[in-house]
Order: sequence, then C-alpha cells, then structure tokens
Amino acid sequence: MSGAAAARHKPWRSLRREREAASFGTWIFIGSEAMFFAGALLGYAVYRTLWPEAFAEAGRETNLVYGTVNTALLLTSSLTMAVAAEGARARLRRLTLICLAATAVLGLAFLVVKGLEYREDIHKHLVPGPGFKLAGTPAAQIFFAFYWLATGVHALHLSIGIVIVGTLLVQAWRGASPLASPAFESAGLYWHFVDLVWIFLYPLLYLVGRS
Amino acid sequence: MSGITAERAAPEAPPTREDTYLTAETGLASWLLSTDHKRIALLYMAGLTLFFFVGAAGAAAVRLELFTPEANILTADAYNRAFTLHGTIMVWFFLVPSIPVTLGNFLVPLMIGARDLAFPRLNLISWYVFMAAGALAIWSLVAGGVDTGWTFYTPLSTAFANGHVLTAAAAVFVAGFSTIATAVNFIATVHLLRAPGLTWFRLPLFVWAIYATSLVMVLATPVLSMVLLLVFAERAFGIPIFDPARGGDPLLFQHLFWFYSHPAVYIMILPAFGVMSEIITCFARRQIFGYTFMVYAIVWIAVVGFLVWGHHMFVSGQSTFANLAFSFLSFVVAVPSAIKVFNWTATLYRGQIVFDAPMIYALGFIGLFTIGGLTGLFLASIPVDVHVTDTYFVVAHFHYIMVGGAVSAFYGGLSFWWPKITGRLYPEGWARFAAVTMFFGFGFTFFPMFIMGFLGMPRRYQVYPPEFQVWHVLSSAGAVILAVAYLLPMGYLAWSLFRGRRADPNPWGATGLEWQTSSPPPKENFRTLPVVEEGPYLYHPEHAGPPALEREPHRPQGSQQ
Amino acid sequence: MSGLGENLQHDAGAIWRSMVPVWLGLLALLAATLAGAFMPLGRFNLILALAIAFTKAALVALFFMHLRRPDPLLRLAAGAALLFMAFMVVLTFADVLTRRQPTQPGTVTPRTFAPEPPAMGQRAF
Repeated sequence: MSGAAAARHKPWRSLRREREAASFGTWIFIGSEAMFFAGALLGYAVYRTLWPEAFAEAGRETNLVYGTVNTALLLTSSLTMAVAAEGARARLRRLTLICLAATAVLGLAFLVVKGLEYREDIHKHLVPGPGFKLAGTPAAQIFFAFYWLATGVHALHLSIGIVIVGTLLVQAWRGASPLASPAFESAGLYWHFVDLVWIFLYPLLYLVGRS
Repeated sequence: MSGITAERAAPEAPPTREDTYLTAETGLASWLLSTDHKRIALLYMAGLTLFFFVGAAGAAAVRLELFTPEANILTADAYNRAFTLHGTIMVWFFLVPSIPVTLGNFLVPLMIGARDLAFPRLNLISWYVFMAAGALAIWSLVAGGVDTGWTFYTPLSTAFANGHVLTAAAAVFVAGFSTIATAVNFIATVHLLRAPGLTWFRLPLFVWAIYATSLVMVLATPVLSMVLLLVFAERAFGIPIFDPARGGDPLLFQHLFWFYSHPAVYIMILPAFGVMSEIITCFARRQIFGYTFMVYAIVWIAVVGFLVWGHHMFVSGQSTFANLAFSFLSFVVAVPSAIKVFNWTATLYRGQIVFDAPMIYALGFIGLFTIGGLTGLFLASIPVDVHVTDTYFVVAHFHYIMVGGAVSAFYGGLSFWWPKITGRLYPEGWARFAAVTMFFGFGFTFFPMFIMGFLGMPRRYQVYPPEFQVWHVLSSAGAVILAVAYLLPMGYLAWSLFRGRRADPNPWGATGLEWQTSSPPPKENFRTLPVVEEGPYLYHPEHAGPPALEREPHRPQGSQQ
Repeated sequence: MSGLGENLQHDAGAIWRSMVPVWLGLLALLAATLAGAFMPLGRFNLILALAIAFTKAALVALFFMHLRRPDPLLRLAAGAALLFMAFMVVLTFADVLTRRQPTQPGTVTPRTFAPEPPAMGQRAF
C-alpha cells in the first residue's frame, strides 16, 4: 500500500478502494434506474402490441428532425463526458475542465431543442386529453402519454446530470474537488446512463410508422 | 435463571467506562447530523415506532368496527380509508424498512468487522428522505385519507377515488428513494468492507439475508416508483395510461404493481430469516444445519421471488397460460422456504435449548411462518384461490407471514441484540411473558380468519352477515391481547435503558463478530479491526454434539488483532 | 486502477484517440437507424431499430462506461438489471399475448370509443 493515496471519506482506508466503491455503488444505482425506465418501456411495449396501427399513426406525428438532432447532441455529450472522466483520472486539469463544460453545454442544448419541440407539440395539439389531434384514434393518446412521460422524466434526469456536471466543473476549477476524486467517474457513469435511455427512446418514439 | 443472567451482567462496581457510540458526542445536532450507522439505526427506530403506532391505529379502527355485523363506528368511506391507512403505513413505513434499517444498519458493519457502511453520508440522507416520505403519508392521512386500499388498483385510483391518492402515491414514491439508497449501501458494504479472512461462505446468515434483501430492494422498488408515477400522471394530468375507454389496460397496472409488491413481501421476510438463524443457533448452542443450503435458499428466494407476481392476479382476467405459469413458479418458490424451516428444526435437534425471550420469539416464528407458508401454497393452487381470493383467508395468510413471522422476528432480534445496542439487560421474566402472550394473541387474532375466509367472508368489507360475527369477535378480542404483547416490550425495554443491569460484551455467549466488541460498541466499532479465522456459529466442534452444560461457544468467529 | 487491467492514457491526445472512434461509430449507427426507419420492412423495422439501439448501447457501455475492464463485480451489476428486466417483460407478455378474445356471439356488444363523461373523483393533491 505504499504510495496509496489516503481516502477522502470514512470508512475507506485508501483512495483506490473508495474509487472502487463509488463505481460499484453508481452501477448498482444505475441498475435500479434501468428497472425504473424498463417499467415505462414495458407499458409502451404492451400497448404497442395491443394497438400497432394507432401507435404507427401517432408515431408519425413526432418531429424527426428535433429527435435526431437531440440524439446526435447527446451522443456527442457522452464523448466529451467520457474524455472528461478520463482526463480527471489522468490529472489533466485543462482537458477535464473544457470537456466538462462542453458536456454541460451540449446537455443544455438538448434541453433547448426539447423545449422547442414541446412547444411545437402543444401547438399541434399532441397533448392527450380533449382536443387531441388524432381524435379518431383513442389509443394514439396512449402513445403520446408515454411520449410526454418518458421524454419528461428523461429530461428531468438530464437536468440533474447537468447540475452535477456543472457542480463538478465549478469545484474542479476552484480546486475544491481534486481530480482524483471518484466523483468524476460516477458522474460520467450517470451521464452515459442518461444517454443510454435516450438511445432506446429515440427509435421507440421517433422511428415508429415511418416506412 | 438468576445464575445464568448474573453471568451476563457486568460487575456492579462502576468501572471506568470508555466512550461508547452513545456517549461519544452529545447534543441533538450530533444525533441528527451523525453519519454513524449505529446512531442512524436508532433514528430509524424512532421513526418506525411512530409509524407502527399510526398503522396500528388503522388496524384498531378496523377491528373495533368489525365487532358487530352492522356499521356502527365508521362510515363506509371512513372504513375504506382505515384499512388503506393500515396497509399503506404498515407495508411501506414499517415492515419494508423494519429489520434492514434498524438491525441491519446497526449490525452489518459490526458483523463483517467494518467501521461503518460503505456510504455513511448516504445513510443519513436515506433517513431524512424516509422521514420526509412519512410526513407526506401522515399529511395525506390528516387531510382525509385514501380509500383505494394499499394496492391502488386502477381505474379506481386514477379516475374514481375521492381521496388524497396523489399525496399517498407521492409519499410511497419518495420512500422508495430511501429504500434504494439503503440497499445500495448494504450491497457495496458487503462486497467491499469485509474483514480479512471473512469470505462469502463464512458470513453470518443475517448478513446474507440483508444482502439478498438489498438486491431485491434495488431491482424491484424502481418499478413501483414508475407505476406510481404513471398513476400520478393519469390522475393529475388526465393522460391515459390505464384508462380502458382510451385503450388502456388496467391489468397492466396490476402487472407493474405486483412485479414490485411480490418481491416486497420477500423484502419483508428475508431479514427475518436472517434473524432466525442467529437466534436459533445461539440459544440451541448448535451450528446451523446445512449452512450452504441456507445460503442457496436465500438467493433462490430472492431470484425466484421475482417470477411469481401473477399469483395475485389469478381472477383478474389474466390469461390461463399465464395463470398456470405463475402457479407453477409459486410452488417452486415455496421450496427454499421449506428448506430453511427444515434446517432450523434440524438445528434445534440435540441442542441445549434455553427458552429465553429471543428463543421464544424464534420458536413462535417457526410455527407461525410454517402455517403462513403452507396456506400460501393453498393460494398458489388456482382452484383453491378462485374460492378464497379476496376473502379473509388471504388476509390470514399474509398476516401469519408478516406479523407472525416478520414482526415476531423483529421483536426477537430486538431482544437478542438489545444488550449490544444499549448495553443494558432487559428483565427476562417480563420478556418471556410478552413473547408467549404475542404468540397466543396472534393465534386468537388471525386463526379465526382462516376459517371465516374459507366460509366466504370477503376482505375489506365493513358490513357482514351475522353468521361471521363469532369469528370476528374472537379476532378482535385477540387483537387486544396482541396489542398488549406489542406494548409490553416497549415498556420494559424503555425501563431497562435506565434501570436495567449493564451488559457484558457477550451476555449470550454468541459467536458473531459483533459480540467481540463492547456493549454498547465504541463509535468506531472495534478498537482494532478483527481478523476472521473461522466460519460462523461454531458453538461446538464440527461433527460433534454440544458439550453438556457448557454455555461458552467453542470458538468465536474472529478476534480483534 | 491499473490493477484492473486497463491501459491508462496519460495525455490528452491519446484519450481523444481512444474515444473519438467510438463516437464516430455511434453517429454512423444513428444514421443507419434513421435510414432503416424509412425502409418498408414491416415487423422487422422494430427489430432492426432495437438491434441498432442495443449495439449503440453496447458501445457506450463497453467503451464510455468502462465495462471492457475485466471487473466481474461491475459486469455483474450491469447484467443483473438486464436479467430482471427480461423476467418482467417475458412474464407480462406471457399474459398479454395469450389472452382470448371474448367470442360468444350476441353477448358482447361492440365497443365504441366515444368520449365518455369525465370521470368523477377528487383530483385534489
């Protein structure tokens, strides 16, 4: 254990073990989040099985351009986040700071595009309830129920991720959080998970009924 | 009796007492901001006691009303709210947390030779989240309550119920975060903080039980969170998820709900299994029979418990094929529980059984859990279930497991580890009396329910035909006895805090690592971290019976270095 | 963390060189799934889209989330959730796909989805 850095928190005795614990703990948490989204996706899957034509008709109403652009933004933000986490591990301060900032900016861009998309959806009467656009296909409302729910919950998770990345950025810039901290790896895992959720939401919400 | 208890107590002359976790820091802030797992366990204990009383009030209202066949005390709506309150609070704010957050929080680091859990600050946050969720739940009660039953079935809960469904659903949703955080903590702790020499198959079965419970918590609770979110969204914003008029499927709600709620019952019982193994080995002075199979049984229950949820839906409109699949899997999941009961019984064989209070609770558990489990098999059989579903038979079944099982184990574990947690011995006579009273009070309360359920008395009914009254009166009278049995320990345990004799580090002569440190433990758990040399429960040499009349264990599991 | 068998890069260029190809692969898959959505493949559209999504997910998990590290603990944590998700989906669909339609003639009136009166119930919080 010579040369092992001291852990930042009890009950850990070495930083290496603390990093291991932080990674493991974050993965378990991600596992639980995966079950959370899986519940929603199961509901989506059941209803898509029961009402395929209604889902196809409703799926065509989503804005493919916004969706694809958002996917590209999020994939790129995963790249910058991965580089930031690796940079933190390699103690490359400038690289870490730049990439954390880029990640946050890309995340914010995603939210901006999402906001524009929501505004358009409301304008097009795609909110379930009286006055829904596809009045002749009641089950289409269920598609959009899942659309609003899934993208809303995803956007909430993304916002939390942006706050976390922003906090790490400020702490790293001020030197309050040493680059050796396990927090960078954990934040990275969380960010990639939010990206993973979107990777599955994209085809299920934007690529339905397009052929 | 006095000879045995005298050995357990520390000598009367006050020694120079070193600081324990109770005295290390003083002041309210040191408790409310503590990241010490032992103090957090006590904080949880306080919250759980409060919620237990709230849930019991719901039960009291129900049982009072059911004394007579007519509706006298409560309106129909109020009655619905009473049983919903009872179920919701007891399940999510008492039973699911109970053993893991009190005994688990306190003991797991001690049993594995660690100084604390893996994420102590997360532990404290879990408590605050739990209490916030409880506050929300109590607020929903005070504001008028919910009448959907703890199961929140749609479309009643989403479209038609007149009650504070949103608040109640939000309360349970928030409580879920606390559960998941606690589970993450335990899993990481058991994987990464075991003492040198403590391999997986040398872990005490209590640790295995908490570990398996945490796995179930982490995988099942999120699905509950999602389904409650869906119900919230549908009720609050009118977006259709389970609304049949717009193509929704109420059965989907039940699938998602029971996917969590069946594993939830395993969350409630697995820690009790762990407590049982600790108590029975100690008070019979025997190694556990079949340690490896006990571990496999715990893991089997945790995994297969996720595959049986449809047995709550046999008459709901689920397809026959699914019914058969779930029925078969439900029989499969009964096997490991049976293995455990057989092994505990075999552990007792040729043991030197001492009928101290924890042992009485444990023996009661074995009997009551067996009955509860066997009646579960009746319910797993579809033809029988069609007859008794939604009757008092089901109510009796799950109360046998949850109350006869889990609550008995909780009280037993509390008694067993009380000297370790508080450094005091409770009065043994009162404790044995309370344990026996609990067993008989429980029987009076819940056995008549099997009979009346089979005879056709439906559950959740306030008004019933007069021929059922005799059973209801028996049951309500039994509930009074049971209430006394629950209150007595609160009394004498509280008394023991001030006037009980001070306890030895190891008053019961048990083998676990937690008994190798002082009672109560110091703040950092051990003066020097222990090294483990043996497996657990070495109350006698391998392959030998217990030496006659000797009370000391053959060898402790490890020792401080 | 070198004990876990991964190669640590120590300069910015090497880090970028290890990550950018993964990103390019992800973007290529995005283009592929977009193009595939417009091809008339019937039921296979969904299968293709999900297959590409799983591939993207595998790239993110293996490279960005470091599952290529030979750490059995992390792989176990990742795999466990997938297993239980599978349990949930398979058994639910065992019900959904095998329900019988009501068949007795004359006993089932055709359903209309005419808007019903608003459901009662206090929507108070």
